[in-house]
Amino acid sequence: MISKRIVLHFPHRLVDQPIVYKLVKDFDLQFNILKAYVTPQEEGLMVLELKGKNENFNKGIEYLESCGVRIQPLSQDVIRNESKCTDCGVCVPICPTQALVVDPHTRKVHFYDNKCIACELCVKVCPTRAMEVHF
Amino acid sequence: MKTIREINEKIKKGEVVVVTAEEVIELVEKKGPKRVAQEVDVVTTATFGPMCSSGAYFNIGHSSPRIKVGGGACKLNDVPAYCGFAAVDVYLGATAIPDDDPRNKVFPGEFKYGGAHVIHELVDGRDVSLEATAYGTDCYPSKKLSTLVNLESLNEAVLFNIRNCYQNYNVAVNLSDKMIYTYMGVLKPKLGNANYCSAGQLSPLLKDPYYKTIGIGTKIFLGGGIGFVAWHGTQHNPTVKRKDNGVPQAPAGTLAVIGDLKQMKPAWLVGTSMLGYGVSLSVGIGVPIPVLDEEIVKYAAIRDEEIYTQIVDYSQVYPQRLPDSLGEVNYAQLKSGKITLQGKEVPTGNLSSYSKALQIAEELKSWIKGGDFLLTEPVAYLPQAESGYSFKPLKMRPIV
Repeated sequence: MISKRIVLHFPHRLVDQPIVYKLVKDFDLQFNILKAYVTPQEEGLMVLELKGKNENFNKGIEYLESCGVRIQPLSQDVIRNESKCTDCGVCVPICPTQALVVDPHTRKVHFYDNKCIACELCVKVCPTRAMEVHF
Repeated sequence: MKTIREINEKIKKGEVVVVTAEEVIELVEKKGPKRVAQEVDVVTTATFGPMCSSGAYFNIGHSSPRIKVGGGACKLNDVPAYCGFAAVDVYLGATAIPDDDPRNKVFPGEFKYGGAHVIHELVDGRDVSLEATAYGTDCYPSKKLSTLVNLESLNEAVLFNIRNCYQNYNVAVNLSDKMIYTYMGVLKPKLGNANYCSAGQLSPLLKDPYYKTIGIGTKIFLGGGIGFVAWHGTQHNPTVKRKDNGVPQAPAGTLAVIGDLKQMKPAWLVGTSMLGYGVSLSVGIGVPIPVLDEEIVKYAAIRDEEIYTQIVDYSQVYPQRLPDSLGEVNYAQLKSGKITLQGKEVPTGNLSSYSKALQIAEELKSWIKGGDFLLTEPVAYLPQAESGYSFKPLKMRPIV
């Protein structure tokens, strides 16, 4: 079994086509949609948690790519601008997945990007706007 | 008993013993206050958090032909500055925002840029646009000015914050069923989070609760440079209830601070945007406490567990100015990451950076140890706990 959080970019020509359901039907994969939106005249974007057998997972990804969907691991998309973060910690209780936590000893704020679901709640809550989203 | 003069002699000789307000806690626990009072000369305290009543004044120099910006209008990077002074003196407030900022029209507003950000950019050495309009006089004929300025080109550039360094502050929560956007951050509905804003056991006025050493004229670390306490800050409220250890249980004393902006560092003056609220400036402040006697050490060794503050609802109680606290917590509880309130576990968040405060306390320690920073005797004391001086609400009267 494998479980990964990925970001799918659907080019404009694909936005009106059913694609993701095939991951279940043909590849026996489970998915949990964490975020999805379509920007007019641009592209569709979906953040998925995808789970299944290793082999099926890879085949599913291959299928998506063959359709023209661009795939990125989630952790590359939400980053913390270290030069802007002041380690205050006001983002910590806002984060729904405990991806942002205060180190009890140093009182610095750690960002665990593998836990991040890209909900973006922290982005505007951060007083110095240190959390950045790069989809 | 020691005097500030004696401590300064030790600083000059390189013999001074300086510890941070965190280190002194353990020392006192191990050795007792009496021995620590003999061995330690200075305790460094610090804080780094958003402080809205901050700002800077500038003398921009005289153009040719001259312009009387005083009584006219002036903007720095589009942010309006106050110019009700002489010809070329202006004051830029941290919370000022451009006229065309949408504010809260699309709620919650983002407040991405304001006076605080201009101050940060100036300290970072960047050019800033200055645009002014004036009515023109015989001696100041120009009516318009448009130029770039930077920290070096300005004559005086002085940070003058009329209220900083709050001695204790509320914990903010939201009892309503919708998200609210406050100066204490975003508060999730139904006690979704509890936000506080203090360095607790590192915070200057919490470690000198009766203002015995911190007074007018006290030399401090301000924004990475040297500053001074200019006065008590606005809303100074020394008469609030205190615990037996002397620490106020609610927002109490404040400081007005001043210092040369040209010495300051961008890391210690950071523009902040509070969603749905506005712009503020996070200011790094470090204050040395001279260890004159055992009593001062006892105060300086007060720990998070012994510093209590009030939990206040910001959906109803705060905006309507109702007198009600939901309870009391100490900073050790707040720092643990969660508090229990009305039977619910509530995650906590700090607006004030403890780790940055610690860094400032360490830096000030090294300045003092290095012999560059001598301590000052206050030239006058702040209004004291028994002074009767207090922070009054506004009594509204109709204009007839």
